[in-house]
Amino acid sequence: MRKIECDVAVIGAGPAGLAAAARARERGAGRVLLMDRDRELGGILNQCIHNGFGLQLLSREMSGPEYAEYFINEAKKADVETMLNTMVLSIGADRRIHAINQYEGLMEIQPKAIVLAMGARERNRGGVVIPGARPAGVFTAGAAQRYINMEGYMPGRRVVVLGSGDIGLIMARRMTWEGAKVEAVLEILPFPSGLTRNIVQCLEDQGIPLYLGHTVIKIHGNERVEGVTVAKVGSDFRPIAGTEWDIQCDTLLLSVGLIPENELTLDAGGQLDPVTNGPVVDDEMCTSIPGVFACGNVVHIHDLVDNVTREAWAAGEGAARFVAGQQPSGHVIPTAAGEGIRYVVPQKVHAENLATRDVRLSMRVKAPAEWVRVEAVLGGEVVFSKAERVVRPAEMVSLTIPKGRVAPELIERVVSAVDGGADDDAAKLVVRIAKRESSSEGGIRA
Amino acid sequence: MTAYEHNADVVVIGAGVVGNAIARELARYDVSVVLLEREADVAWGTTKANTALVHAGYDAEPGTNKARFNVTGNAMYPRICAELGVQFQNTGSLVVATSPDQVDHLRELLERGRANGVPGLEIIGRERIVELEPNISPEAIAALWAPTAGITGPWELAIAYAENAVENGVKLMLSSPVTAIDVEGGRAVRVHTPGASIAARFVVNAAGLFADEVARMVGQTDFEIVPRKGEYYLLDKRAGHLARRPLFPVPTAHSKGIVVTPTVDGNLLVGPNSYIVDSKADLDTTGCGLDEVLAGAGRLVPGIPVRDNITNFAGLRATASPGNDFVIGPAPGVPNFINAAGIQSPGLTAAPAIALEIVRLLGEAGLALAPKADFNPIRPRPARFAEMTDDERAEAAACDPRWGHIVCRCESVTEGEIVEALHRSVPCTTVDGVKFRTRAGSGRCQGGFCGPRVVAIISRELGIPADEVTKKGGASRILVGPSKQGNWQCEYGECGECSGPGASGARGRGEEAGAHA
Repeated sequence: MRKIECDVAVIGAGPAGLAAAARARERGAGRVLLMDRDRELGGILNQCIHNGFGLQLLSREMSGPEYAEYFINEAKKADVETMLNTMVLSIGADRRIHAINQYEGLMEIQPKAIVLAMGARERNRGGVVIPGARPAGVFTAGAAQRYINMEGYMPGRRVVVLGSGDIGLIMARRMTWEGAKVEAVLEILPFPSGLTRNIVQCLEDQGIPLYLGHTVIKIHGNERVEGVTVAKVGSDFRPIAGTEWDIQCDTLLLSVGLIPENELTLDAGGQLDPVTNGPVVDDEMCTSIPGVFACGNVVHIHDLVDNVTREAWAAGEGAARFVAGQQPSGHVIPTAAGEGIRYVVPQKVHAENLATRDVRLSMRVKAPAEWVRVEAVLGGEVVFSKAERVVRPAEMVSLTIPKGRVAPELIERVVSAVDGGADDDAAKLVVRIAKRESSSEGGIRA
Repeated sequence: MTAYEHNADVVVIGAGVVGNAIARELARYDVSVVLLEREADVAWGTTKANTALVHAGYDAEPGTNKARFNVTGNAMYPRICAELGVQFQNTGSLVVATSPDQVDHLRELLERGRANGVPGLEIIGRERIVELEPNISPEAIAALWAPTAGITGPWELAIAYAENAVENGVKLMLSSPVTAIDVEGGRAVRVHTPGASIAARFVVNAAGLFADEVARMVGQTDFEIVPRKGEYYLLDKRAGHLARRPLFPVPTAHSKGIVVTPTVDGNLLVGPNSYIVDSKADLDTTGCGLDEVLAGAGRLVPGIPVRDNITNFAGLRATASPGNDFVIGPAPGVPNFINAAGIQSPGLTAAPAIALEIVRLLGEAGLALAPKADFNPIRPRPARFAEMTDDERAEAAACDPRWGHIVCRCESVTEGEIVEALHRSVPCTTVDGVKFRTRAGSGRCQGGFCGPRVVAIISRELGIPADEVTKKGGASRILVGPSKQGNWQCEYGECGECSGPGASGARGRGEEAGAHA
């Protein structure tokens, strides 16, 4: 068995892995090895041939492959070593990795630090339990996207999309442009799951109807899909009797959520957050296992790749610091999701970093809201906030507490509360949504 | 179309686990056997959708075919599975009582089991149950412990039987539904399919759900097959630990009840409910049926994690009416037409024993059974990457690079295994066929990742266009045609834009990736 030693091993060469690997090298790590199970670098970006990537981070509108290429070039410039068609089988004690590919066979890789960047998989039919027959023609939206954009085949001609996640919206438009008829997009929630720009560009501009508060209750056809029965749902998300109707179609695309791909994380003994389904991380993106970092969709599901890259930079930098023996020492302060917030990442923040660096918090709100203020509350005191015109579950909210913003005395007080075993807000960094009095306060316009 | 003409000593109709077991047992002898199957693959009827249990044999009334073949079949499992390279785990099973009157029922089962000759049965108390099954319901007060019960892979067994049969000379014809049987002078003499006609000295009816229709072709009308549906949840391996062995509730007249059981592959299987349906093609799961299954399972193991659901499916039991028992024996007035019909639960367990009985009946009816000197009872288990040690993995990948290429990440299935499955003695031409043989696509992502890759491998290996590859034969094509820009098949090195494969062993290292973007 071939043995390989390196400073940092990055698992997954999508946007997260590419940026983390390059950044680790740039911040001084020696040999950085970037592995991916697919035949190309770039991950799912390669099949995302639509535009809209890079607007925030690079101030350019790029397609997925262009965005990938940009960061592939960055990785190359940084002398990152890559290994494709390579599957990581396990992560054992001392961060020892077993991996395999068809060129080198089974390998044992011993890195000083690991960055987990495995991304996510699509929730499938079983995950949402759709009754009915089990014919061909039921695809996750991403699988259909791969067939069309990478393999050159059409998965169907008459389509119903379940779920208004971004991939489903993009695919509704893509299939329309490929000559298919998209009969409907159904969303069980009372509000869309995808970005507003995608609702407008992919559905409204194409004349595709969106049914909010609806779902598929039965699939018809024993060999190939012949149709679906759909129904309105109540507030309990159960179908309302009498509201059902049939739609003829040969294809059902599912865009019903992404699940962080954490089998390796669990295998390695990493602790997961039950809300994000991703590893618990600190503000340097270090998981509960020292020297094992994580970034991108494996940590929590992102809507914009730009945010994945930002997070990956933090992970790459953290890994390089770990290799150099410069990881922050001392105290950590747990974060918590307060009023109106479903989750916040990272789950803990180094007190030292709060005093000396910008600390970025990413979160999702529970429900759409207008005219709000997003607040970071440390030990009961609002230390930073920003106004938002509107917040939606589909769009990640972030808050960066600037360096030097938090008084050292406050940090010290919270640290001693943590050390004293307190579990209330006095010992936490809480993020929450507060209602604003009126629109007159201004804020960032969406 | 000119029908293809054949001669056979025995035509076996139906390539489910029962038909395949019969074909394999016949292959021991110097007789020519044709095995006919209406579907595009073996094991695609009741065999592929059941609870995968090897029952101990306490359920059936003493004296019935069910009781007899269950107990004898159970005893044959360890040897058959060893010969055929099939997974079998002798886990034992529990029938769990949650009220005092149910405990009375356990005593009845115990007595019945003893009458049927089931070894080792005993009634155990709560303490012992909890020791065996830490996640059992707090309501459980007593249980019938059946140490000879176990779990197996039903399609694994059926495929293995078929492969061993074919390797020993049986001719298997897939996609060959029987359309008519000629009867002359009180004997079945010729079996017709759309593409062939086979002159037969003997005919065995193992047609599962359709056994009544086949029997009617020779004039037998004294039984009917009633399809009885059962629906299931299959949960992620993460939930596999919730039961260590099959857990049954106390049974009702029609069903052994909703079971919670591990599978041989490590998943948790929950089901089935039980109700009669109108159509033998009705394999739909239903909202209320699935709710019933979950509720039933929750009475045995509380808190079944639905969020770990991988897939739902329904199977149809081939229930013979009247009588409910297995129909085993010749058709009245047609002594060379032998039924193995109405094989519902415990049919999987009974299959090895039914096969021996059918061979015996054929002998009794006049089939000469001269042992074949070169019969090989061994069908080695196909190698699986997931089951290998590190050393074996390293060696496999070193010998053949395709064994270093993992196609299905959830179940760790390599390209090597898929290619091998596509070229075994029983043809495999579909995505489901690959799934049943290798587990590619059986995992938690359900083919979301490997689906396109499996289609490409099938297309390449069998020389069929990708858009003609089907999920399960017939009209179940995965793809409907090329996209507007058409498909291009560059597997590196042919498009002039990228560095080719095989130029050096280290492709992937610092490769110009992104050229395809």
